[in-house]
Order: sequence, then structure tokens, then C-alpha cells
Amino acid sequence: MAVETQAIKRPINFAAPTVGGFGAFFGTFVGASNGSSILGILAGFVIMAAIAYVLLEVLDTGMEKSARWGLVALMVVAGFLLGGIPGAVVGGLLGWFFGWLIYWVGMGRYRVPLPPYLTGGQVLWHYTFRVMCGAIFFFLVSPLVPVIWLSFNAQDFFTITPEMLRFDPEGYSFKHYRDFFTSSEWQQALRNSLIIAPLATFLSVSFGTLAAIGLSSEHVPFRRAIMAILISPMIVPLIISAAGMYFFYSRMGLQGTLFGVVLAHAALGIPFVIITVTATLVSFDRSLTRAAANMGADPVTTFFRVQMPLILPGVISGGLFAFITSFDEVVVVIFVGSAKQQTLPWQMFTGLREQISPTILAVATILVCISIALLTTLELLRRRSERLRGMSPG
Amino acid sequence: MSDATNSGPVLSADGTPLKRSLARALRRQKMRALMLIAPLLIFVLVTFILPIADMLWRSVENQIVTNTMPRTVVALADYDGASGELPGEATFEAAYYDLYIAAERKLHTRLGSRLNYEQTGASSLFRKSGRGLDDIGEVYMDQFEDLDKNWDEAEPWAELMGDPAWLEAQGKWQKGQTQPTFKASGAIKELLPRTAEQYALFAEFQQVDKDKSPLREEPWSAVHTALYQDLAEADVSGYTGPQADLLKAADALVASPDFETVTFKAGFEEIDEDWMDPEIWVTIQTYSPELTNGYFLNAVDMQKSPDGAEFRDERERIYGLLFKRTIFMSMVITISCILLAYPVSYLLSNLPARSANLLMILVLLPFWTSLLVRTSAWKVMLQQQGVINDILVWIGMVADDSRLTMINNQFGTIVAMTHILLPFMILPMYSVMSTIPPSYTRAAKSLGATNWTTFWRVYFPQSVPGIGAGSILVFILSIGYYITPEIVGGTTGTFISNRIAYHISSSLNWGLAAALGTILLAVVLLLYWAYDRIVGIDNVKLGG
Repeated sequence: MAVETQAIKRPINFAAPTVGGFGAFFGTFVGASNGSSILGILAGFVIMAAIAYVLLEVLDTGMEKSARWGLVALMVVAGFLLGGIPGAVVGGLLGWFFGWLIYWVGMGRYRVPLPPYLTGGQVLWHYTFRVMCGAIFFFLVSPLVPVIWLSFNAQDFFTITPEMLRFDPEGYSFKHYRDFFTSSEWQQALRNSLIIAPLATFLSVSFGTLAAIGLSSEHVPFRRAIMAILISPMIVPLIISAAGMYFFYSRMGLQGTLFGVVLAHAALGIPFVIITVTATLVSFDRSLTRAAANMGADPVTTFFRVQMPLILPGVISGGLFAFITSFDEVVVVIFVGSAKQQTLPWQMFTGLREQISPTILAVATILVCISIALLTTLELLRRRSERLRGMSPG
Repeated sequence: MSDATNSGPVLSADGTPLKRSLARALRRQKMRALMLIAPLLIFVLVTFILPIADMLWRSVENQIVTNTMPRTVVALADYDGASGELPGEATFEAAYYDLYIAAERKLHTRLGSRLNYEQTGASSLFRKSGRGLDDIGEVYMDQFEDLDKNWDEAEPWAELMGDPAWLEAQGKWQKGQTQPTFKASGAIKELLPRTAEQYALFAEFQQVDKDKSPLREEPWSAVHTALYQDLAEADVSGYTGPQADLLKAADALVASPDFETVTFKAGFEEIDEDWMDPEIWVTIQTYSPELTNGYFLNAVDMQKSPDGAEFRDERERIYGLLFKRTIFMSMVITISCILLAYPVSYLLSNLPARSANLLMILVLLPFWTSLLVRTSAWKVMLQQQGVINDILVWIGMVADDSRLTMINNQFGTIVAMTHILLPFMILPMYSVMSTIPPSYTRAAKSLGATNWTTFWRVYFPQSVPGIGAGSILVFILSIGYYITPEIVGGTTGTFISNRIAYHISSSLNWGLAAALGTILLAVVLLLYWAYDRIVGIDNVKLGG
């Protein structure tokens, strides 16, 4: 099947202008920050084409490693002269990139992963498409980076200070993390979140799992209607749920109580539990429960000893969804809760609206770490569940 | 079972017909399933469906006018507001007694703010009237008092008005016990009906709201006004009950030509000129039914008028604009999500599983990150001193003094929400695209189709369900978004949901908030129904 495409050295009158084009692109910005972008384009093109020529034609191709390191060093120095320490960092990155690019283009390595019969246009499109996708992934992930970086800011600003750009240790500190761990307000908010979310998760998981088992049996009257009602908290926009709960819970005297917030969050988490657990139950082999019953186990034992261990991954991931829904929820808690039930997201919301202090960014960084941990857990669970499904018949 | 000689119905092991036995088993199975579902169903009904129903109810409910001004509503029943004339003295009388008790219970300001949604100025008018109504009654109160100090005492009044049995029971009452309900004496009820009614209201207020004995509290001036009205009509000469002398003396005073009176109309005019404008009476009449479509009309920039519903002034229309903006921005967000998600989903579904899973983490990471973290990230990125502006200035694309305004406007909301909702587009698209067999495109190419034709005529039509699913999901989510527009939207980038929140927490116009919410809910349910038809609700998948 796999067709080997050989890396063939490309002619220099293809490689040098290509590399020069990239040089012109980056030269635009370097030029613009130093006065003239036209000059930057020209200089970028000429310099990079020349370097490509030197590396590919003058130097021996066997010297690739040292040539690339040399280029990095050269660009670091040039960057430092033009833009100080940040310039040096950018220069280093550019040097590494061009070193790689020159050999990748010049030695024809870009052809290797592709079938040999593709035309030049197709190859170009292939890589353009990859770059486009890369840019979209960059858009998805990059906004989180400045948050993490700024959370170590020594100043009380939401902006990058000159000290931070110079990588001056003076510009960095853990003070916002200290703030978070010592401020009674944030700690109270954290405590509230850690009380409300597990309680709400417990409610929605216990009710939800039972109902999902009921729903997945073969003869359930009004299945669609019931499903629609149970899923509705996920469909109805949060602001409407919040408004309705605010009106109704104040009639019941639940508004502004911890109990009210827990109930509201449990209701919001239920659809996630229902969806994940019913999805797991689809592949659950019913003959196992029949076999258990046949061997004399009562329904409760069957449930806990046979069914539960098998659907546990689904239950846990449903619970995780419910937990994160409650832990991350702002709108409903603002309306249903009172100042006493202020949760972490609520505190962040007020902080963001009033722009009080970058402590929010420290909290945000911690939350990013937590979500990475959760993501890993979910992925592991998914793999385990797939393994188990592979083992069970049918 | 095997002996076929038995031609009767097939029997199960215990001898009952198999059919019935199976039906019973099926019924039991159904019951068991329902029993398992029931707790959750009840839970969701109570914690979620009832609140939504409450909101729907509030959007049409309008009992406050009839509850606070019952007599006035009756008196206004035949009033023709279009004539431009004021209602008659009877209406002013009814309004006097209604507002008097409402002011004592401090309900008149609430009614005032309710009517203020329909007619500006009503709130201050009612507040002012609550203070001024005493002036009318005091005319009579002062004259009765000058005649006899007993008219300003609690006990003589109670003896005059009360049934002897009630008087005795009330006399024994001590704080902490339940009070005996006031009962007027039969003779007084017949002779002085208005006074009896007003005194009963007074007694109930003292007993229920204040937990005080009517025997120790002197009646308020509305009772004196009622007394004057009754005495002017009634003949008390035959009355022989308690405090007969007191009453007869008062009757003589009222009959004398020196007795000063004031019409209710004049009294209201004294309080505020606005009462002489038919508009306020028309408003009260228009909003007197217990159900109203007024909030809904308000929510679509209309108002009630004598000639039916009409649009508000061009300048006062805001909700139409907000709804349009919400829909427009949700559409822009949906379209940008499609444009960004399509290539990524295509790439993910065509890469080998290992690298696809790795790249999937890049999609799932923002999906799992707290919404507020992502919103604050965009605040950091987009603000005037933010990362993007810093970079643009540093590479010389933008001058330092003309940094771009990218936040607190529509642009900020669209960018941030596109980023936040992008995973919701990628995941359904990816799940659809990974089911498209690659052999189809290969077949098309081997039949001589160009790359573009292959994509457009073979691949794209198969990926449309994914686009549809993702679009509806993203559209539903974005149309009801609150947090992100609130933080990065400024004034021009806010959604209808921000207005709903404003009406709940700041302007306290809950009815209008409920009406706006109901409209939004209707839109979402319609879309959801479409989603169910196109994709099927059972196919909702969650990341991973």
C-alpha cells in the first residue's frame, strides 16, 4: 500500500525564492517595527534567500546540524540588536524555524509523507490546508497562554508589563496565588463551590442513574416525552432557567439558601448523567442481570455487584459532567443564591466585571490545571470502557 | 406443553393462560421502569419545570391591580376613557377607600411601580397620594373630634361598631393568642354600612398585620369619612344600641349647615393635579383584568391604547432592536463557527487515529476549561492594553496612540463567543465526518472528477448533517448567552438575555422579564424541535 516517496534535493532556484518568500513575510513585521515595512520585505527576502543559498549550495549538506545551530545563534544576536531580550527570543525562534525550513524545502523532505503522484498544486494545497488548521488550533488554545503568563505578574495589572517582557525576575511573583490562598473571600467562595458541586453531583448522579436504568428497559411508556422533560434543563437557555428558578424559589422560600442552589445545580446536571449513562447502557448485556437473577441474586445485589461495575465508567463521566456543570455555573447561582452562597465562578464574574485584581488570573490558571486533570481522567475512563466493551459479548 | 391434545389456550407453568401471564409480566416490567424513573421525574418537575411554568405564568399574570384597588376596578367597569372625561365621583370614592387601605398596608407603591411600566409618573403619583389621602379624612375627623373627644378614642368606637360577643372575646384577648375575628353589630351594619365595612378593614389590619387589639387603637380617618357619608344618608333616630347619644350628636352635627365637607374629586385634585387627567384612569382600567398581554406587548415594543395595541414611539423601541441584534449576532457566530470548524473536523476525521486523538485534546481542552477562564482570557487578549494590541504595536502595525478598540462592542462578543462555542461545532461535525467512507471520494476521483468536484459533489453533501447539527446547537447556545456578552459586550454587544437579567435584578419589572424570557424560550424550543427532526435528540453526543 504505502508508496515510498524519496526526498530528492530540489534545485536552488526553487528553494532560495521559497525561503526568501517566508523571509519577506516576517521581514514585513520586523521592518514595520523599525520604520519601513517595504525595506523589511526586501531585506527579509534577500537575506533569507542568501542564507538558503549558503546553507544548501556553499556548505556541505552533511553539516546540517551545525549550520542550523549557527543560524539560531546568528538570529538571536540580530534579534537582540533590534529588539532587546524579547527580540532575541523571537529571533531564536525564527532562526530555528528557518533552519528547519531551508532543509525541509531544499532537500525535498516535504514530499516524503505524500504520495509521489501528486502535482505541485496539490502539495501546495495540502500544506496550506495544514497551516490553516494549525491557525485554527492556535486560535482555540492560545488565549489561555497569556492568562497563565499574566497570573505571575508582580503588578496589579491585567496587562503585560515591560519587566515581564524583559524576563526580569522583578516582574514576576506568586503574589496573586498568595492572594487567592489567603483572602477570606476567595477561600469562602472556594469552600462554597466545593460544598455545592459535590452535593449537586450526588443528587443528579443517584437520581439520574436509577432513571437511566429505568429508561433503558425495553417497555417504557411515554419514553420520548419523559426523555424530553429530563433533557430540558440542558436545552433551555441558562438565563431562562435562572429567571424561572428565581421566581419560583422565592415563592418557596428557597431563594438565597444553600439548599436552593444545590437543587438548582442538580437539576442542571441531570441531563448529562442521563445522556452518558443511557449511552453506556445501550451496550450493556442484559443477559448478565438475568444470569445473576437466575443464580439467586436479588435485584439490589444484581445492581451493585453486576450492573454497577460495568456501567461505572459511564456513571463517573456523567458525574464529572454534572460536577463541572455545577462547578462552572454562574448565571443560576447569581439569581438563586445570595451573597452567602457566593461560589468561585461568581466571585470571578464580579471580579471580571469590576476588574479588581488579577487574582482572577491565578484562579483561572488553577482551574485550567484542574480541567487538564479532568480531561485526562475522562480519557482514561473512555479507554477503560472501550476495553470492557470489547470484552463483553454482543 | 408438548401434548397437543389440549386445544384450549396455552397455559403457563402455574396454570394461568400464557397470554394473561405475559401481559402481567409486561405490566410489571413497565411499572418497575416507571418506578425507577419516577423519583427523577418528580425531582425535575419540581426543581425545573415548575419554575419555568411559574415564569410563563408571571408573563401574563396581573392580579395586582384588582387585588389592590378592587372597588375602583368595579367602579371603572363602564368608564369610557375615549370620551376624554373624568370618571364620576363614585370612582373617586372607590379609589379613596382602596388607596387608603393599600397605603396602610404599604401596597400602593408597589401598584404605583407596576402602573409606571405602562405610564411614566404613576409611581410618584401613587407614592404622593399615599401620604396625601389623610387630608380628605381629617376634614371629617377633626370636626367629629371637636364635637366629642370620644370620636378619637378606640374604645367608644369599638363599642359602637362591634357585636357584643366579639367585644367580650376581644376584651379577654392577650398578646400571643389568636384574635377573634371582628363582627359588626347587626343594627350598625344596617344603619351605617360603609362605616361597618371600613371599620372591619381597620380591625382586620390591626389584628392581622400589626397584632394589636382594635379596642386600643383609634380608627383611621377613612372610617370617619365613611361615618360622615353614612350619617348624611341614614336616619339614626331609632338607634338604641351602645353609644347611641354619641352617634345622634354626630348625626345632628352632620345635618347642621356649618358642617364642612369636601368631595373626593376635590380631595384628589388637592393631592395631585395628575388625578384630573383621564390618562391615569384609563391606565388603571386597561390593566385591571387579572390576565394581561401587556408585558408581551411591551416585549415587542408595543403598548395598549384605547384603540387596541399600537407600536411605541420610534425612540422608545428597544426590544425589537435587541431581538434583531441577538439573532444577527448568533447567526454571525454560528457562521464563523462553521467556517472554522469545517477544516478542523475534516482534518481530524482524515488523520490516523493516534494523531487525531492528540489533536482532539486541543479541541477538548478549551471545552473543559471554565467559561469564566475563557472569557477572562479574551478580556486579557482584546483590551486596549491587551496582548493583541501590544503585539500589533510592537511589530509596528498599529501606532501606540491609536490602539484598536476590540472589546466592549459587537466584535469582542463575536470573537469571544466564537471561541467559546467552537468545540460545540467541531464535535458533532467530527462525529458525522468520521462516518463518511473514504472510498466514495476515491471512487469519484478514479471516475475522473477533479478535486473540487469530488469535494463539492461527493464529500460535502455527506457532511451536511454534521453542519446542521452543529449549527443548531451553537445557535441555541449563543441565543441565550449571558455571561460573555455581559463582560465583553459593552453596550452594543449585549444580548436579550442581558436585558432579562437587568429586569429581574435592577428594574424589578419581573413581568416584562418573564415575557421576554417566554419569547426567547419559544424561539429555542422551535429550534430544538427542528434539531430533533434533523438529528434526533438521542444522537446528542458529549465530548470524548
